[in-house]
Amino acid sequence: MKRALIILAASTLILCAGCNHRHAKVAAVHAKAYGVTLVMSSGNKQLGTPGTLLPQPVVVEVDDQNGNTVQGALVQVSGTGGVHVQHAQGLTDEDGLFTTQVTLGNTDGRYDLTAVSSDKKGKQFKLKLVEFAAAYQQRLGYELNVKYCSRCHDPESTSTQVSNYGNLAVDPHTLSDGASLNKLSDAELTSIIQHGGPALNRSALMPPYDATLNKADIKALIAYIRLIADPPYRTAGVVYEQK
Amino acid sequence: MRSVIAKLVSIWRALFGDPARAFGIVSVLLLIALAIAPAKEIFSPWRHYQRQYLKLISTRSDATSLRGHFKPGIQQIWLPKLGVVDRCQTCHQGLTEASLADVRTEPFRKHPVIPHSLTQFGCVLCHRGQGAATTVAEAHDSKLVGEEPILPDRYIQASCGQCHHQPLPGTPTLNQGRVILSRYGCVHCHNVTLPDGSTVEPTDNPPPLTHIADKTTRDWIYKWLKNPAAYSSSATMPNFELTDADARDISAFLIADSTPLSTDQAAMVPISAKAAADPSAGAILYGESFCASCHATQNAAGNLVGGNLGPELTNIGTKAKAQWLQAWLRDPQAYDPKTLMPAYRWTDQQLAILTSYLQGKTNPDYLAGVHLAPATPAQIAHGKILVTEYGCASCHQIRGVDKPKNFAPDLSRIGSLSVARLVFTSGMKHTLPAFLAGKIRNPHAFGAGLRMPRFNFSRGQIDAVTTALLSLTERSFTLPASLQIPEKHQTHYEPAGKAGVLMAQLNCLSCHSINGHGGTMAPDLSWEGSAVQRKWLYSFLKHPNTLRPALIRRMPKFNLSDSDATVLTNYIMTAYQTPAFERDSMPLSGYPLALVEQGRQLFYSKYMCQSCHMVNPEQDKGYIGPTLTAVGSRLNAAWIYHWLKDPQALRPGTMEPNQHISDQDARALTAFLMSQKGSATQEAK
Repeated sequence: MKRALIILAASTLILCAGCNHRHAKVAAVHAKAYGVTLVMSSGNKQLGTPGTLLPQPVVVEVDDQNGNTVQGALVQVSGTGGVHVQHAQGLTDEDGLFTTQVTLGNTDGRYDLTAVSSDKKGKQFKLKLVEFAAAYQQRLGYELNVKYCSRCHDPESTSTQVSNYGNLAVDPHTLSDGASLNKLSDAELTSIIQHGGPALNRSALMPPYDATLNKADIKALIAYIRLIADPPYRTAGVVYEQK
Repeated sequence: MRSVIAKLVSIWRALFGDPARAFGIVSVLLLIALAIAPAKEIFSPWRHYQRQYLKLISTRSDATSLRGHFKPGIQQIWLPKLGVVDRCQTCHQGLTEASLADVRTEPFRKHPVIPHSLTQFGCVLCHRGQGAATTVAEAHDSKLVGEEPILPDRYIQASCGQCHHQPLPGTPTLNQGRVILSRYGCVHCHNVTLPDGSTVEPTDNPPPLTHIADKTTRDWIYKWLKNPAAYSSSATMPNFELTDADARDISAFLIADSTPLSTDQAAMVPISAKAAADPSAGAILYGESFCASCHATQNAAGNLVGGNLGPELTNIGTKAKAQWLQAWLRDPQAYDPKTLMPAYRWTDQQLAILTSYLQGKTNPDYLAGVHLAPATPAQIAHGKILVTEYGCASCHQIRGVDKPKNFAPDLSRIGSLSVARLVFTSGMKHTLPAFLAGKIRNPHAFGAGLRMPRFNFSRGQIDAVTTALLSLTERSFTLPASLQIPEKHQTHYEPAGKAGVLMAQLNCLSCHSINGHGGTMAPDLSWEGSAVQRKWLYSFLKHPNTLRPALIRRMPKFNLSDSDATVLTNYIMTAYQTPAFERDSMPLSGYPLALVEQGRQLFYSKYMCQSCHMVNPEQDKGYIGPTLTAVGSRLNAAWIYHWLKDPQALRPGTMEPNQHISDQDARALTAFLMSQKGSATQEAK
């Protein structure tokens, strides 16, 4: 009986030691400096593929009240829906930047991320980020958008594409303009793409694409528009989750 | 001990002592045994999932219709021609329910929209796994020989590649991976045969090393061999992780093996022409010649700026000897007959200016610390052995070393390799994708003696290559040939005659495609002779100016002589015509003023062409399409007319949409556009 007790005690000890080891925390990172605001530097609103690394790293900047960058501020980045953040926390570098790689979850759709830092008093301030995971159809839509739409519908120029947005007499809607485009049904968007602006009493600057894009192409474009809508798009009419 | 036996004996007697009682007990046991099979069926996991699914849909507003679609029991898709038996839908009930788009819990998610239907292709064709299994572990995770685990979602584009061998717009990762396989020369050593019998060809052009001593120094070769990425971050040559001694011996052999280019050509190089006094002349000539269309250089911020058709030139002065550089700029094909670089007709002075400009692009620290003693015959001999062992001749032409055959494993079916046949390094996930990614990331972790070099790939690039390799499956060879969509192979078209010789020297096909052969950087010229006017073409070849203000990469000025420009103009105007219409069927000028005016109205009001094009630079702003200020002096009227009717028909994939312009409107627009002859000064430019 005594021997059994000893063995039990010994094994409990070993077990505890083992568990302790496993629970040993990663060396906690402590802030060396504090800012008052987080600013998006780059990597927001990227289009990725489900389950894979975003093409560009996510970079956020910590600034103090004078708008100067802060080195050594602690930044934590987290996300929902199976997002994996490579460096969930860390200190800003000499340019006040915190950089991390983000892997999207396994489903297509919108992923919300939050970057958090805190000021001297420990009060947290946050920055919301959004990334998009495109499945086949949305990816196809994105590619078609780059080829046919973005030069006019995207005000930003890139190194490979110069924007034509500012040259137009009427400003086109950006395709992520959920406030306007969410109100239009799929049928209405299809009609505008197919027959051009005048079909729905809109600007004739939008030409008809029915002879250029087929029905699957247009569906793909709409799927892409719905994916990147800000505010997010919700199908009208169906009530989800009655609870 | 004895008491235990006595107890067992008494239990036995109590149960079977009496024959009637024994019969009863045996019958009960038999009944229980018979009940096991039905019980297993009732408590099988798929029933559990079906109950869960019913519970999930019961709370939704469209529960009635969802319940109507619900199919109880085992669901099976059987496609004998594809070798598919799938029971996945038994548990994955919501795959085709559009209203379940918000559900994120497996196994009830709606399948994302893809171009193929479930009933025609099933599940395992893309997702792998054991379709006929009805338990999760067996269906998803089996690693037995001949069975495949589920393909992780991040590599799912690999499955498209089993049939689609041409790039698809929706599979960027697969496309990128395939480009890397060709561009980084993987297929120099590894053979990849596709189901249609064709092999994947490399698209890089590793330089011949037969005259390497003309081009660069042994010190540079040594440093390059040690780590190509240290010289240029965009280098496609991988790192063989050579020891100092091996790099020393290989550089010794390559220099010793090199012969000078034939003396005739060397004599052609006068270094006497002086570079201009103006220090900015080199940069201006570099810019005017549009070298950056193909070559990148690193800017002050460390970013690469420029094209990637040719090598990066940031530190070219550290590498190339001045005399070689000048000879190369004069006639690149003399050194490398397969080069994509055009033979610009630079004057001696221009050659001197450009050479001295490029020589100035150096990194003085690069060769610091390299002090090689003169090579010994033993080192040279050892270098040759190493060059043979590492398969250098798979990519490079080297005198006295033949291109090795079957140098590296065949990758044609690598995507179906059984996990049982793989050797993993410690800490590695035991899956095929993890093995492939690990091997590409760091081949030497799998054994120091491995000859496979390490590539300087980012994580995204490794994922892409892994995806491309996973698309090379056993299954793709067994699928019906009717499903295979082959890659569009380049034709072997070469322009003929005197113009053909000229076009080969200018390497027109490096950038332009003609009749299915050539590059994609510049417009397809197959029908250029129908599109443009002879006078314009001649002056454009002599003095190319840009048509699209928004373009960064542009046509270089080749300094063509009058007779060369005439030969090219005549050839293009004659040989490159569309069969779709008669080029000269509409006049170049003389349209009635009323029609021109009507065209102007249509241009500005009905079709709003000014959103993308400029006719009047003071008033129009669009700069997406070509500038049209002098379009009446550039294009043929019949081309404009047919282009307006259907742009895609004349240039598939062009951006301009077909706007269903009526014959009458197209005629008026053509008249208006043909009246835009441009000012005299513009034409002189």
